[in-house]
Amino acid sequence: MDWLNAIVQGILVGGLYAMFAAGLSLIFGVMRLVNIAHGDLIILASYLAWAIVHATGLHPLASLIIVVPLMAGFGYALQRGILNRTLGKDILPPLLVTFGLSVILQNGLLEYFTADSRKLDAGFLETSSFPLLPGINIGVLPLLMFVSAVAIIAGLQFLFYRTSLGRAFRATSDDTEIAQLMGLDNKKVYAWAMALCLAVVAIAGVFLAIRSNFDPFMGPGRLIFGFEAVIIGGLGNLWGTLVGGVILGVAQGLGAQVDPGYQLLAGHVTFLLVLAFRPTGLYPRVSG
Amino acid sequence: MPLSDEWLKIENLQSYYGDFQALHGVSLTLKKGDVISLIGSNGAGKSTLLKSICGLVSQKTGSITWKGEDILKFPASEIVKRGIALVPEGRRLFPSLSVEENLVLGGQVARPGPWSLSSVYGLFPILSEKKTAPSTSLSGGQQQMVAIGRALMSNPDLILLDELSLGLAPIVIKDIYELLPRITASGMSAILVEQDVTRALGAASHFICMQEGRVSLEGTPMGFTRDQISAAYFGT
Ligand SMILES: Nc1ncnc2c1ncn2[C@@H]1O[C@H](COP(=O)(O)OP(=O)(O)OP(=O)(O)O)[C@@H](O)[C@H]1O
Ligand SMILES: [Mg+2]
Repeated sequence: MDWLNAIVQGILVGGLYAMFAAGLSLIFGVMRLVNIAHGDLIILASYLAWAIVHATGLHPLASLIIVVPLMAGFGYALQRGILNRTLGKDILPPLLVTFGLSVILQNGLLEYFTADSRKLDAGFLETSSFPLLPGINIGVLPLLMFVSAVAIIAGLQFLFYRTSLGRAFRATSDDTEIAQLMGLDNKKVYAWAMALCLAVVAIAGVFLAIRSNFDPFMGPGRLIFGFEAVIIGGLGNLWGTLVGGVILGVAQGLGAQVDPGYQLLAGHVTFLLVLAFRPTGLYPRVSG
Repeated sequence: MPLSDEWLKIENLQSYYGDFQALHGVSLTLKKGDVISLIGSNGAGKSTLLKSICGLVSQKTGSITWKGEDILKFPASEIVKRGIALVPEGRRLFPSLSVEENLVLGGQVARPGPWSLSSVYGLFPILSEKKTAPSTSLSGGQQQMVAIGRALMSNPDLILLDELSLGLAPIVIKDIYELLPRITASGMSAILVEQDVTRALGAASHFICMQEGRVSLEGTPMGFTRDQISAAYFGT
């Protein structure tokens, strides 16, 4: 029963990893940018929520009403002000600039919020659970997290394949030059993509802050989880990121079941195995 | 200045790709309703001229005036809104968009005019049967129809057609060329790039021959002998 429980809890945590991954996948898909600061932006959102909750007394989940638009606006400005200038044939400038951004964010958060770890208190949400089977309890918070991840991925999928913004994302990703002939300003299209990415990051950041302690240096670890989930699931496939997140979560859960010290290792090993045997991930984007 | 029917006026256009100069002072004038053929051997600069007009080549000097407005420095996304559309060499459909999505995207600039999904399907009935198919699953000729339709959807006043016949079977080329008069009938101007000189001269009232980034000959097809034209074409 312990093993089954580890799997169930792993699946639920996978939802959070899928949230980390969805934004990364989106940005890579639209503009071939690997955002090294992705994890730090998640932590920035956590701190933003923490500051808002402390200033207003709002429930952490209610703070999303402010954190999501703020992060989205920040994403739009970041893309237009800085990241658009780094995009070109050379893949190095965006890596260097987002790496620099990562360092700046970590140190900025350290300076402003100190190195003390924080946590958001979501009250009864965190403590409530219900039994699924004897010996397996489902926490309301992990379930909510997982359901949110599914809803986010479904929403992104809809946006990508059913709306004119999504059409603009796909066209710009296919052929930037010809997309401009359709009247699309690729710099604006990229900015909207980054805004959307950081809206998802905001939700991930708030859930992360409710689930566990966080400090200014937790970003790179979240980046790795997101990155691994993207690669396991298959680059450019949104539902694949959910599967990737779940596999990573389950691997970590099972690893921890063997020995708590194996939790992270088991995730990394699974990632490497997928990379070795299915380098394009489990669900690569249907080429077309 | 009275708005003349001189729609496009290019003077001394010099275009570059990095350090490489591809156009060395090209000038041309196009009036409302004109259909001009642009001929020249490989690498003469035909595609570069079309890409310079629609804003895809940004490194350029000289002047490009469209309906009295200087558009030399405009980005491509602004030029299409003013009524110039390109059917690019090699078609370049969006592979992750369906046929209909390609067309709808072409109409995104929403200029008023006769062209809409239904009129494009009227021109190319086969496309309405394939509208949900991925654009890359179509035959070459059908893909060319999508590329033309996508450009028409923006209701341009000037359509730039770059090597429509590239890689297509002769019978398909013939079909497409037979439809051209229906496209220009509404008064739309066109610049047509074509390798096949006979076809190019047959479809236009006026031609321009380019060689190594310069205009080597221009006039009406009637005004010159085949020898004069091939001399300008090959540079003999
Ligand atoms: N993107 C580019 N970068 C660098 N040089 C280019 C580029 N595109 C074209 N050129 C060069 O510019 C010159 C003109 O090319 P262009 O494509 O305009 O010729 P073209 O007349 O259209 O030829 P074709 O009949 O082969 O299509 C050629 O020497 C070509 O090598
Ligand atoms: Mg060409």
